[in-house]
Amino acid sequence: MNWHTIGPTERVTHAGGMKMGTNVPGSRCSTQRMYQEEVIMNKSVFFGALTVAGLAAVAASAGTLDDVKARGKLNCGVSTGLVGFAAPDASGRWAGFDVTICRAVAAAVLGDQDAVEFVPTTGKTRFTALASGEVDLLARNTTWTLSRDVDLKFTFIGVNYYDGQGFMAPKALGISSAKELDGATVCIQTGTTTELNLADFFRANNISYEPVPIETNAEAQQQYLAGACDVFTTDASGLAATRAAFESPGDHVLLPEIISKEPLGPLVRHGDNEWGDIVRWTLNALISAEELGITSANLAELSAGTNNPEVNRILGSEGNMGEMLGLDAAWAARAIAVGGNYAEVFETNIGENTPIGLSRGLNALWTDGGLIYSPPFR
Amino acid sequence: MANTEISFVRTEMLQEQAPPALNVGLVGWVRGNLFPDVLSGILTVVALYLIYSLLSGLLPWVFGGVWNAGSLSECREIIAAAHGEGAEAACWAVIHERFWQLMYGFYPDHLYWRPNLALVLLFAAIAPVLFEGAPRKMFWITAASPFIIPWLLWGGTVWVPIMAAMGFVIGYFVYKLVAQVSSNLLGLIAGPLALVIWWLFLSSYASSGLASVIPLELEPVASRKFGGFMLAILLGVTGISMSFPIGIVLALGRQSNLVIIKALCVGFIEFIRGVPLITLLFVAQVMLSYFLPAGTDFDIILRVMIMITLFASAYMAEVIRGGLAALPTGQYEGADSLGLDYWQAQRLIIMPQALKISIPGIVSTFIGLFKDTTLVSIISLSDPIGWVKFIQANAEWNGIVWELYGFVAFVFFLFCFGMSRYSMYLERKLKTGH
Repeated sequence: MNWHTIGPTERVTHAGGMKMGTNVPGSRCSTQRMYQEEVIMNKSVFFGALTVAGLAAVAASAGTLDDVKARGKLNCGVSTGLVGFAAPDASGRWAGFDVTICRAVAAAVLGDQDAVEFVPTTGKTRFTALASGEVDLLARNTTWTLSRDVDLKFTFIGVNYYDGQGFMAPKALGISSAKELDGATVCIQTGTTTELNLADFFRANNISYEPVPIETNAEAQQQYLAGACDVFTTDASGLAATRAAFESPGDHVLLPEIISKEPLGPLVRHGDNEWGDIVRWTLNALISAEELGITSANLAELSAGTNNPEVNRILGSEGNMGEMLGLDAAWAARAIAVGGNYAEVFETNIGENTPIGLSRGLNALWTDGGLIYSPPFR
Repeated sequence: MANTEISFVRTEMLQEQAPPALNVGLVGWVRGNLFPDVLSGILTVVALYLIYSLLSGLLPWVFGGVWNAGSLSECREIIAAAHGEGAEAACWAVIHERFWQLMYGFYPDHLYWRPNLALVLLFAAIAPVLFEGAPRKMFWITAASPFIIPWLLWGGTVWVPIMAAMGFVIGYFVYKLVAQVSSNLLGLIAGPLALVIWWLFLSSYASSGLASVIPLELEPVASRKFGGFMLAILLGVTGISMSFPIGIVLALGRQSNLVIIKALCVGFIEFIRGVPLITLLFVAQVMLSYFLPAGTDFDIILRVMIMITLFASAYMAEVIRGGLAALPTGQYEGADSLGLDYWQAQRLIIMPQALKISIPGIVSTFIGLFKDTTLVSIISLSDPIGWVKFIQANAEWNGIVWELYGFVAFVFFLFCFGMSRYSMYLERKLKTGH
């Protein structure tokens, strides 16, 4: 045993917190080795005390599936209100695009789409709510980024909506492209990635702009309508929802440029892959259902068995997909029964026939030129 | 010589004359108050114009509003049909549709009678405290309500509040017993200790045991269902009623001659006053869930209540200390010369005067506290502001702003104005100066 191993061991120990005192592969228990471990342990106790305290909560609830089943309710983190994605309706029932994911998972795991405790989370509280175990799943239009995945220790189980930053301008301005915005005043929410994206875009195109900093989206609506700025920029879905609320939406246009990637998806904690698999394949089941033509209308009929083996595998009349996930055979059928397949969920909550009126665009199936794609059920 | 016919002194009184017409009645008042000189006259005209232009815009908007519609766009159609294209009017339909949610949040609607009853009970409980005219027997309601009201709101077995109340009985008997056997001081320590031990370790066994023998319970409602003004009032009332006694104790502790007690009180007050409330709320929401052992079910509303109470107590202590400092030393010396001990002096002489002086400060702390409860929307509790965001996130009501915030502001104004009027009544009642 030489001292060279101490460096890496220490790093592992401090980063992980829970791994302290584990043997380096190949090491034998010499007295020197034990002394090293002791030193490492003491240091870890000092350096990693907070980490340990933080992870203790997570480690104790490693079997999320068992916890959820024992509780009989899924704790699902949603937004404190985003048009089309999550909001309580007049009877106090949560509905929306993200909410449907929560309900689908609850239906798959517990057999009841209403066995969900919706926990509203703000942009500030969402990650701690998930990390501390207050929620089992966060379905809150959260952009998948490297630092959130790696540094905050979450697992993004997929993408349920591909968003991107866009521009809205009054039709009277007569512009058709964001590149014509030289010298424009732009309403922008401060402290968001959109602010940075905007600066990048204008610099790359060598044109100038004047930012009008805004705190909230509601304020931005008022400012934009009052003419305080020429254009308003935020996520394209947010722009569409904002425009839908105007008295005369036809007087405003969304410019074709999308200047950033915002893949939004549900996420779970690191460290419980079985639970992550369940959420991932629930989302995939909705997507595959659209691809294979399973809808809420023909679900019961197809569940009885069809000629298509993949449909049979998803709906549980063939194979043992549910058993592999630790669920029963009809798990995916129940998830699809909540709001139909991905296309139906999209159309009901944010699609072209809703006031928000989003077209599928990037969120069309891969077979229709979009990015929505599910690995095979096999 | 004497000619009595010529008199130099008037023998009968002159008749009272009416004052000049320009100085009485409406004209006099207007002249005296609105147009006493040229500058004031100009300012009056300008002010009247400003008030007119404000009201002429606001009143038609408020009273021309639409009360029945299913969505903002429907509202706009109705307004356009009634007042012509481009007319502005309020869309109160959103308040009409979502009124109960703004009041009770997610609380199950078949159980609305419980918060309502709790509110009635609350008024019955505070009546004897606030008004001298109320029957003294109502103090029994005051004593019982801290146990009954939470039971009504959260539901569950009736034995939990009863056993919690038992704690005080037990604490009292332990105090009596120890005080008889040994000294009064030991009793003062042993009594509360017994109370805490009972609450922490024994009462849950007792209540669950009794509940299994005599199951008597209300349908439980989870804290997460609480919302709207019910939550704001619950947090406000708890904060106000708990922070007042704690504030008095802290203020006295800060004036104490006992070094450790004084240091603790000063440290607590300065620490809490040096930290913004929102930080404390984040600690309650976020930090505690990291540091408490996993699976600990420490109710979020209870955590927030504790934080708000601690915060308000520190401010209350300083307000009351101001009242104590305003008392002349003669009052303390007078109490001493009468042979009163410390607590008697505080109860009979010092506190009644100090509190009277502090009334405006106390009430403005209360009002501030009640308004501060809206901060909980930032830690995603669904108070009225939280519900405004929820409602705006519905496709039907997206884009509605003034009506919702205006309504919330109006209800808050009613409560705060009521508190302010009460404090003025109390000041008039307690006024002893001449």
